[in-house]
Amino acid sequence: MNNIPQLPVSSWIDKFVDWLVSFEGFFNGVTNFIGGIINGFQWVFDILPIWLFMLIILGATYWLNRKTKHWTLLIFEAIGLLYIWNQGFWRDMTQTLTLVLTSSLIALVIGVPLGIWMAKSKVFAVINKPILDFMQTMPAFVYLIPAVAFFGIGMVPGVIASVIFAMPPTVRMTNLGIRQVPNDLTEAADSYGSTGWQKLFKVQLPLAKSTLMAGVNQSMMLSLSMVVIASMIGAMGLGNKVYFAVGRNDAGGGFAAGLAIVILAIILDRITQAINRNKVPKS
Amino acid sequence: MTAKLQVQHLTKIFGRRIPKAEELLKQGKSKAEILKTAGATVGVNDANFEVNDGEIFVIMGLSGSGKSTMIRMINRLIEPTSGKVLIDGENLTDLSKKELLDVRRNKMSMVFQNFALFPNRTIIENTAYGLEIKGVDKDERLKKAHDALELVGLHGYDDQYPTQLSGGMQQRVGLARALATDSEILLMDEAFSALDPLNRKDMQDELLDLQENLHKTIVFISHDLNEALRIGDRIMIMKDGVIVQTGTPEEILTQPADEYVEKFIEDVDRTKVLTASNVMIRPTFVNIDKDGPRIAMRRMRENEISSVYVVNSKREFVGVADADHVMGLIKQKNPDLMSVVQKDVPTTGPDTPITEIMEKISQTPIPFAVVDDQKHLLGIIIRGAVLGAISGNEVTEDE
Repeated sequence: MNNIPQLPVSSWIDKFVDWLVSFEGFFNGVTNFIGGIINGFQWVFDILPIWLFMLIILGATYWLNRKTKHWTLLIFEAIGLLYIWNQGFWRDMTQTLTLVLTSSLIALVIGVPLGIWMAKSKVFAVINKPILDFMQTMPAFVYLIPAVAFFGIGMVPGVIASVIFAMPPTVRMTNLGIRQVPNDLTEAADSYGSTGWQKLFKVQLPLAKSTLMAGVNQSMMLSLSMVVIASMIGAMGLGNKVYFAVGRNDAGGGFAAGLAIVILAIILDRITQAINRNKVPKS
Repeated sequence: MTAKLQVQHLTKIFGRRIPKAEELLKQGKSKAEILKTAGATVGVNDANFEVNDGEIFVIMGLSGSGKSTMIRMINRLIEPTSGKVLIDGENLTDLSKKELLDVRRNKMSMVFQNFALFPNRTIIENTAYGLEIKGVDKDERLKKAHDALELVGLHGYDDQYPTQLSGGMQQRVGLARALATDSEILLMDEAFSALDPLNRKDMQDELLDLQENLHKTIVFISHDLNEALRIGDRIMIMKDGVIVQTGTPEEILTQPADEYVEKFIEDVDRTKVLTASNVMIRPTFVNIDKDGPRIAMRRMRENEISSVYVVNSKREFVGVADADHVMGLIKQKNPDLMSVVQKDVPTTGPDTPITEIMEKISQTPIPFAVVDDQKHLLGIIIRGAVLGAISGNEVTEDE
């Protein structure tokens, strides 16, 4: 083994990253754009009084579940939100929420068109599949290093790393949802002279909606799993609290913040699932 | 009758090495050989036929015979490998994407085996789909869709979703969707095959009723000979991507082109077990020994027929008198009915198998008389009744 020279993979990638960093203007633009979205969310969350915020979440849950009448969720949410408030994690929770919503939104905006493209083009699907696998299986920490180089320290690189890690399910599920549309329905759309866009918006996307939304839900959960990792490069929020607790060997503080993340995850998961349920046509 | 739709040398080969497969096809190699040597599947091989304006043209074959491929090449859901599809003389295979959309929007519509209704749209929205695609404004398209639904006998389901309807009703929606666009050609791909037998029969009747008023040009795919015989003006039988025979239902039944067609019609072929007495109907007759021309005329008027069978007092068959001649007698005030009775009427015994007399029946304008050994008139055989009986329908008897 010693005779074979080591491939200089790391130096290649370093050079590639250095070369990319030279596009400073572009990355600054992206940073400003994502920073703008983050500030927008955060501004809204900061301006809302805590009681009103709670009421909005509870109200939304009530409205979305008005048909199924699973009221236990309401009680859980009320207790959970009061716990977060009681522990003094409210602002951290809203920062985490901002991180999750921003990265989910970006994952949706980029992921859905990619998924559609994959469904329409076999070639693109074949190329894209290993890339998606790579994005999802590469340890998420690795994304942090170039993210800092491109976007500096703070929320923005956290969002970027989250998007890379969390986007694949949205792409995959969009692709799957469109491919699952029964063949005779696409034939019917074609036989009446639909253009590609008409077929997409009138038949394929509406029928893929519930699968697509399942992908969005997964992306959201994955980006939530990134919050602790993102805090290592300066993203604020509940993840930061956990990260600090790790550094101080503070088991209690770690669990207290971790529990808040769990509560947030469950609330987000149930609400997006309820939205999905409501969109499926009644049968 | 003019050809609305012409298919010329239409060929479809599935697979990768298409040029090679085409060459092999020209050499006259079989489907199996081509699959073996070129790895390509021949879907349809050099199909030629015409569909006339306003006719129901049934393409029949077992699964794998290429009939689904054929109908999909007509609207280019499947791109033909070679050949032409002409609609009103315009070649579809030359059209650009945009022109093709135009043809699909205005000239053809399709009805699918499993209905292919959009589950996210209501019945009225489904029906209006073709119009929506064309950009017809909302009020107008909903009105047209509503009219189409009325036409197929669906009232009050406009705002329901497809899954709330039974299979038969869903296919009515499928048919209404096709009718709503006002296209002249309907492509029906096994449209009634997914329905239970009673519903299927209802839908066939419905289609025939509609066709009487609408005069669409219909290409209908089926694997069911009974269905083909019931609704088809002409039938085309396919096997392994090749057209085996094209003809009227009678021609198919009486002159099967080869063993394959024979076998095909065997399953449904009741001719071998049916005898003349099974298909005969009650005749309208007069007694020559006591009835005169006026009675004969009245019988014909009552039964709305143009000729009457003549027997004597022993009910022995004498002949046929037709309305024109009887009318002549009445005008001349001549009471001798016998003078106009036609005696060379074809007759047959009650136990004669239909296969034996079928050809003659289809060639003679006057219905056959069925007589027993003593020459007693038992009944008559009309052409429609034979076909009806063969295709599995009851002989209707007017009393």
